[in-house]
Amino acid sequence: MKKILKSEGFSSFISSCIAIVIGLVFGLIIILLTNPSQALDGFLNLIVGPLKLGMTGIGRVLFYAVPIIMTGLSVGFAFKTGLFNIGTPGQFIVGAFAAVYIGVYWTFLPSGLHWIVALIGAFIVGGLWAVVPGLMKAYLNVNEVISSIMMNYIGMYLVNYLVKETVFDSLRSQSLPVASSAVIPKLGLDKIFTGSTLNAGIFIAIIMVILIYVILNKTKFGYEMKACGFNAEAAKYAGINEKKNIVLAMVIAGALAGLGGGLVYLAGSGKFISIVEVLAPEGFNGIPVALLGLSNPIGIFFSGIFISYLTVGGNLMQQFGFIPEIVDIIVSAIIYCSALSLMIKIWLGQRKSKNIKKIETKEGDE
Amino acid sequence: MEYVIEMCHITKEFPGIIANDDITLQLKKGEIHALLGENGAGKSTLMSVLFGMYQPEKGIIKMNGQEVSIKDPNDANRLGIGMVHQHFKLVHNFTVLENIILGAEDTKNGLLTMDAARKKVNALSQKYHLNVDCDAITSEITVGMQQRVEILKMLYRDNDVLIFDEPTAVLTPQEINELMGIMKNLSAEGKSILFITHKLNEIKAVADRCSVLRKGKYIGTIDVKTTSKEEMSEMMVGRKVNFNVKKEKAKPTDVILDVKHLRVGKKDHKDVVNDISFQVKKGEIVCIAGIDGNGQSELVYALSGLMPVKDGTIMLDGQDITKASIFKRNMVGLGHIPEDRHRHGLILDYPLSYNIALKSYFKERFNHHGFLDYAKITEYSDQLIEKFDVRSGQGSQTITRSMSGGNQQKAIIAREIDNDPQLLIAVQPTRGLDVGAIEFIHTELIKERDEGRAILLISLELDEVMNLADRILVIYEGEIVAELDPQQTTIQELGLYMAGSKKEDIK
Repeated sequence: MKKILKSEGFSSFISSCIAIVIGLVFGLIIILLTNPSQALDGFLNLIVGPLKLGMTGIGRVLFYAVPIIMTGLSVGFAFKTGLFNIGTPGQFIVGAFAAVYIGVYWTFLPSGLHWIVALIGAFIVGGLWAVVPGLMKAYLNVNEVISSIMMNYIGMYLVNYLVKETVFDSLRSQSLPVASSAVIPKLGLDKIFTGSTLNAGIFIAIIMVILIYVILNKTKFGYEMKACGFNAEAAKYAGINEKKNIVLAMVIAGALAGLGGGLVYLAGSGKFISIVEVLAPEGFNGIPVALLGLSNPIGIFFSGIFISYLTVGGNLMQQFGFIPEIVDIIVSAIIYCSALSLMIKIWLGQRKSKNIKKIETKEGDE
Repeated sequence: MEYVIEMCHITKEFPGIIANDDITLQLKKGEIHALLGENGAGKSTLMSVLFGMYQPEKGIIKMNGQEVSIKDPNDANRLGIGMVHQHFKLVHNFTVLENIILGAEDTKNGLLTMDAARKKVNALSQKYHLNVDCDAITSEITVGMQQRVEILKMLYRDNDVLIFDEPTAVLTPQEINELMGIMKNLSAEGKSILFITHKLNEIKAVADRCSVLRKGKYIGTIDVKTTSKEEMSEMMVGRKVNFNVKKEKAKPTDVILDVKHLRVGKKDHKDVVNDISFQVKKGEIVCIAGIDGNGQSELVYALSGLMPVKDGTIMLDGQDITKASIFKRNMVGLGHIPEDRHRHGLILDYPLSYNIALKSYFKERFNHHGFLDYAKITEYSDQLIEKFDVRSGQGSQTITRSMSGGNQQKAIIAREIDNDPQLLIAVQPTRGLDVGAIEFIHTELIKERDEGRAILLISLELDEVMNLADRILVIYEGEIVAELDPQQTTIQELGLYMAGSKKEDIK
């Protein structure tokens, strides 16, 4: 038990919790400023609303958490290897398109296989979308932030074009619904969490979390990746092919985001790719998820759920006359404060070492 | 006699280690006081306490007899204490003047006024013969001049107590001489100097008194003039130290490294390595001697694969590795103790055990189908830590960044020697190490040689060159200008070749 309390992971967890509390207090202040009469009801709904809905609420939280856990993993994995993958919206949407395309047209596949193939398609295409920034970073030393941002816009417009050309529902100006065999099975989750559209996607997200954790912490590949992230020059000196590693890291990050896109648009929840000139918000939301989770896959899982919880709770606030924009501001402010977790962790570390000293000197005096 | 600074019974602990254990240090006005100790003896920690970067658990600091509290470097500055860190704290894209005034800027209506500062800096620079150019960009001046900028920073703030943390570790022999002169000037003008080092020659050259620390404990303070180098080193290490390592005559056998007409350099530029050919055989130590910046670094980069070769061939153990990947070279049997341990040698944010395994983690004993056996890696690293006496707070789990420079270096050497290379390229392997560790490393290198390894040593220290080498190749402006036998040459002659004033026709 003592070991757990002293461990690195525990102090990360505590600091994230403190950051969240600060964020919530800050959110409450904004609520008080904008709508004092309904403030407490609204705030309570934000905090406990999803729980009050019972299994439905939990189901919704988990459902909305899936895509941001995936993009959070994407950003976090890249961080660990020294790269800032800000190209998640692009990777997300091209992955989504691949899934939808396969979902609509490849009906020759048996129903048990169809959705799996569609998800694999999303995974692969998302990865391919990150090849370009990866190659440019590795061989031409082009900053991956710039190249992946540009790939976001290319991805968004390309998908808009391709949707119109291939899977267009001209009546609603959005993508066609996928075949029922391509919808991710619910596995009875809709019976447990009635009223939500939760499906097997959450298990896929959990598997990915574990997979990335194992890759980073247990494998030779992860050792090399992190070495490149910390000190590319030393990695090169040690004989690690740092260029190959940069490209691979980007591809894996892209694939995770792409899979996230697939999981959203194959959920059968009535969400379709619409022709809008907006970058997928699930993509950028991966950045705070990764930061709040301190780039640790397990941390990302929980921070994804946390942010999703706030989103669901925020929607419930609208019942109390809060307009969606204000809700968004409040949720963003909370996330914003939560991103202080790293700072708090450092601060905790300093306090802890001071306390240890105090105890030791006291013992010495006696 | 009044003391400027008295540090009384200072105790400072870190998790797992007592860095300073009841240490008392007294600095007289106008003296140069050396602080001598092995790597990790607690010298830097003690000075960081004085400079306000650490708070001691016990003990007080007195200044001119009055107790003072130093909570951070600003307090230290206010009391007139300045410090030149081992790794300089300069803004690289600032000019020299901007760096000097940084943190002590004069302003008028919110705008910087540099004229007064410029005058003061120039006056100080002349008074102490510091020769700096106020308008030069910091990243473009030499390391020696950057250090003089650091000294000017202290003088500009009218500091009277100057701390130098291993100031010579980064300097060339010429620059060291200059620095020694500057330090003498400063003390003649009434500045009191604390000088952290583990180089006995330098202490002999400039210091008045010397306090010795060993493993965090205070051993004693001695008068430098009346104490021999041997006595000082014994105090420091706790046993007698051999300055000249015994070695048998080399028995070179097969050629391991064969370099032919090697050229390195950018396109359309003068070649930094200009048509170099040489061989290294099993069982010998070949030393490349030369003044820093004559192409040694580039030669090593080319051999180790960090820099592409322009022309020529490199054969290692009979295989052409001119264009081989670094991994391939390591596999053929190249070991490399790099010049810059932070840039190349270590991943500072990894635990020590990961760094010890940096060149063997992929081998069968640690790697099962792509999964690393971290328990085995830790076990292996524990062994090497024990064998090479690498000191750190938490053993294998220590984050490498938190270790002292000398112990980081020992970790690299442990890794490279234990990897059993055919050819070991050692670039300044004892840089920043104390005499005890130097003796150990030299013995290890000779042992490796006697076991039939080939060693290519690159060193700027002439003593080391004369001590270890079986053959000396002198490099000057990218060319090998002489091949000397250390038995039949003198340091003076070697120096002449290194300076380019003598040249041998060896082709």
